[in-house]
Amino acid sequence: MTFSALAAALWAIAALLALAGAAAAGGRTRAPKWLTYPLCALIGAAIGALALSSLLQGDVETLILPLGVPWIGSHFRLDVLSALFLAIVGFGGCAASVYAIGYGRHEGSPARVLPFYPAFLAGMSLVVLAGDAFTFLVSWEFMSVMSWALVMAHHKEPGNTHAGYVYLVMASFGTLALLLAFGLLAGPQGHYDFAAMRSAVGGRPLTGLVLILALVGTGSKAGLAPLHVWLPLAHPAAPSHISALMSGVMTKVAIYGFIRITYDLLGPPQWWWSVPLISAGALTAVLGLLYAILQDDLKRLLAYSTVENIGIIFLGLGLALAFKANGLAEAAALAMAAALLHAVNHAAFKSLLFFGAGAVLTATGERNLGALGGLIHRMPLTAALFLLGAAAISGLPPLNGFVSEWLMFQAVLVSPTLPQWVLKFLVPAAGAMLALAAALAAACFVRAYGIAFLGRPRSPAAAEAREVDGFQTGAMMALALGCVLIGILPGLVIDAVAPAVRLAVGDGGLRPQATQDWLSLIPLSASRSSYNGLMVFLFVGFAALASAALVRGLASKAVRRAPAWDCGYPDPRPVTQYSASSFAQPLRRVFGTLVFRVRETVEMPPPGDPSPARFSVQVRDLIWDGLYAPLAWAIDKAAERLNGLQFLTIRQYLSLVFGALVLLLTLLTVWQ
Amino acid sequence: MIGDAFVQGFQMLLVLALAPLLTGVVRKVKARLLRRRGASVLQPYRDLLRLTRKEAVIAENASWLFRAAPYLVFAATWVAAALVPTFASGLLFSWSADLIAIVALLGSARFFQTLAGMDVGTSFGGIGSSREVMIASLAEPALLMVAFTLSLLAHSTQLSTITEVIRFSDVGLRISLAMVLVALVLVALAENARIPVDNPATHLELTMVHEAMVLEYSGRHLAMIEFGSALKLLLYLSLIGGVFLPFGMARTGDNLAAYGVGLAAYLAKLAVGAVLLAAFETAIAKMRVFRIPEFLGSALMLSFLATLLLFVSRGL
Repeated sequence: MTFSALAAALWAIAALLALAGAAAAGGRTRAPKWLTYPLCALIGAAIGALALSSLLQGDVETLILPLGVPWIGSHFRLDVLSALFLAIVGFGGCAASVYAIGYGRHEGSPARVLPFYPAFLAGMSLVVLAGDAFTFLVSWEFMSVMSWALVMAHHKEPGNTHAGYVYLVMASFGTLALLLAFGLLAGPQGHYDFAAMRSAVGGRPLTGLVLILALVGTGSKAGLAPLHVWLPLAHPAAPSHISALMSGVMTKVAIYGFIRITYDLLGPPQWWWSVPLISAGALTAVLGLLYAILQDDLKRLLAYSTVENIGIIFLGLGLALAFKANGLAEAAALAMAAALLHAVNHAAFKSLLFFGAGAVLTATGERNLGALGGLIHRMPLTAALFLLGAAAISGLPPLNGFVSEWLMFQAVLVSPTLPQWVLKFLVPAAGAMLALAAALAAACFVRAYGIAFLGRPRSPAAAEAREVDGFQTGAMMALALGCVLIGILPGLVIDAVAPAVRLAVGDGGLRPQATQDWLSLIPLSASRSSYNGLMVFLFVGFAALASAALVRGLASKAVRRAPAWDCGYPDPRPVTQYSASSFAQPLRRVFGTLVFRVRETVEMPPPGDPSPARFSVQVRDLIWDGLYAPLAWAIDKAAERLNGLQFLTIRQYLSLVFGALVLLLTLLTVWQ
Repeated sequence: MIGDAFVQGFQMLLVLALAPLLTGVVRKVKARLLRRRGASVLQPYRDLLRLTRKEAVIAENASWLFRAAPYLVFAATWVAAALVPTFASGLLFSWSADLIAIVALLGSARFFQTLAGMDVGTSFGGIGSSREVMIASLAEPALLMVAFTLSLLAHSTQLSTITEVIRFSDVGLRISLAMVLVALVLVALAENARIPVDNPATHLELTMVHEAMVLEYSGRHLAMIEFGSALKLLLYLSLIGGVFLPFGMARTGDNLAAYGVGLAAYLAKLAVGAVLLAAFETAIAKMRVFRIPEFLGSALMLSFLATLLLFVSRGL
């Protein structure tokens, strides 16, 4: 019997499920507390390694297990696209598990986390391995429910039950959309197997509707605006390693679902499909950041930043779809590579940042920026690693965030070749939004880092913070290393994702990057554009070291520590520092008045009155107020009306049943 | 190859040598316009030397980031300035970072600069950093859109290629180029903390941005920051000169005389730019902080419209 990566991966998933069962059975005993996370880390690493080797070899494996619906069975399939995302799940899960070995010790109610954690990992792995619609949907729901259980782990904290409720509603809505999408894909014959869907040639009706349903279904899980509302509530509510998994990995599983349906199963694309993708992606990117800039809760800020990055990924997917529909293979491959690379990058730096936020939470018990500050002195390692993650997510060279952003810009710049007029106007606008998002991301993370880690401590807890343990910092270090390596050797990673790009948008695209001179990144042609992260890294490093050495050699070495200057009036009280909301004030005024209807009011007491002046800010969430609140109101009203149906007499019920029967029979006659 | 390497190395040193001089010239012309005699154009060099000789006074709670930031800011700006064609296109390492990467390198410099402003935890540092990111949140997309427009025209994001295309192919006068020029000048004024966005000569004024951010710096650290600012001004003037007035620039394979001509043309461009900047700054008043978004918003709009025009028609 030959070695099968798929079978091995399924065994690993079975092991995760067994672990979940054991943790549940173990209950309050001590064994699961010590064993779960290390075992999850090992299994996660194994899954990641299997997926990586399968990705590099490019095999396709299928397996049918006699589970599930009798006449379908459970199909599993491991191709390059699944392998890429399975690798994200595996390595992301491994990092989170290592982190959790340390972080989980501070968990107040481990029995609410430990059984669900391995099951959540298993659910995510199953989604990317599913080979038929039934298995896909069941795994998808399993993943949703397990993550919901983890969100509810700290259900007694204020707001968490609400977060869990909104998440459950949105997840059900998303699955409903996916169910309908698969129903349309399967057609009247009921081909629930992906292979049959793929080979169903031509004449499939309503492909546009399938695309919209898939976008809604996976977009609601990934956090595409305006379906993002649950994400900034639910992701921060979970324990931090789960937040990292949900933001860094589960959103990628949703992206996988979208790519699988749209690029693989749905057949040749129409150009207009890209319009909702590009517009939703661009809007999500900017909106997510504008929300993020206003947040005072560190984990919620990170969750909104996830919304932004999902927007960027969908923007890239939309561009790839537009190019593919117009037969521009090279450009399609470029946009797809940008989107996939950004997915990998985001998994790395968002996990890193959530781990950092978790470390801050461990050390201080606070995630409110207003109670932090000065942590760079108390937690030097965490501070340095969080800084690296913040720089990477802000798209600063030579780190990895910049590479995918750069590729995305290159994809925008080749799009004047698109013939459709709508796209000629839409794509530059999306490019401008992308540029705006790039600048706002830096602003957002300067604010987050500057308030939380720099300055003076704003609370006793922050003043007495202690560096976290080696497992937590170790997991962060591994991810930080990943960010740096992808940043300076992007060609190798792009070559690794290239098979998945080929699967999604067809052959004839990407040039191999590892063989370019000096390991440069040359996506299209050398005269057009190139970037060399390694060179930029060496240059900046050389320039910094040379100038530092020169100054050290020639200049005065004397250093004197003195009180801060602050124009002669330093105030020792930490409240006099810039706070999170005062830092955001200029941006709030520039962007918020339009987007959030921000109103700032200052109440000055009349002269002679010693009472303090008051300043208040009103921020409205227009998406919630304009879309969800009326919807909830309408559902409430409808439920109230329908409530009357519960109090009818038996005759009225019978006549209702009779009426329904007549109606259905009439419909059936008309239909045929 | 050897020639290119030499040109590249020479340029790295040239920008270092010229940057303080440029600042000195701007200050001198401004003083003359105000009927003052002004300090010598060499004063910035003396200032830098004086600062490096002094001891550095560091606030008690400053972290390592505060001490490392000046070098990082300086290094990122220096590398960016070294990659903008000045007297010759065809720099050896221009392929390692294109115009987008240069914009992002300046973004890195700003990232560390604003963080350093928040490190000590004073209200001045906070106000400076907070306003700087507000300005950057509009200036950086505008600059990126300028980069988009230029690369759409030249079919390349490489700055060396862009300058050569604009110089040697029949790009001609275009609406899009005119819009981009205006946008780039507006961005350059904002990014270099010049009037009307910020005042490089003030202290102790609530409207200041850049100076508030670096208020806690002294000694050699301040010297690095001042040097970085001078380099940034030089970078923007070189960028405007190189893209919109690429005359006289030497190319790969030219003889030594051509390089001499290129150098002379470059110095002339810088001198013209310095005089224009000084004249503009003298003629205009500083604007309120919350007028800046309108100022930069117009730059963003102009550069966006230029990009849109090129998407619609290559001929505009």
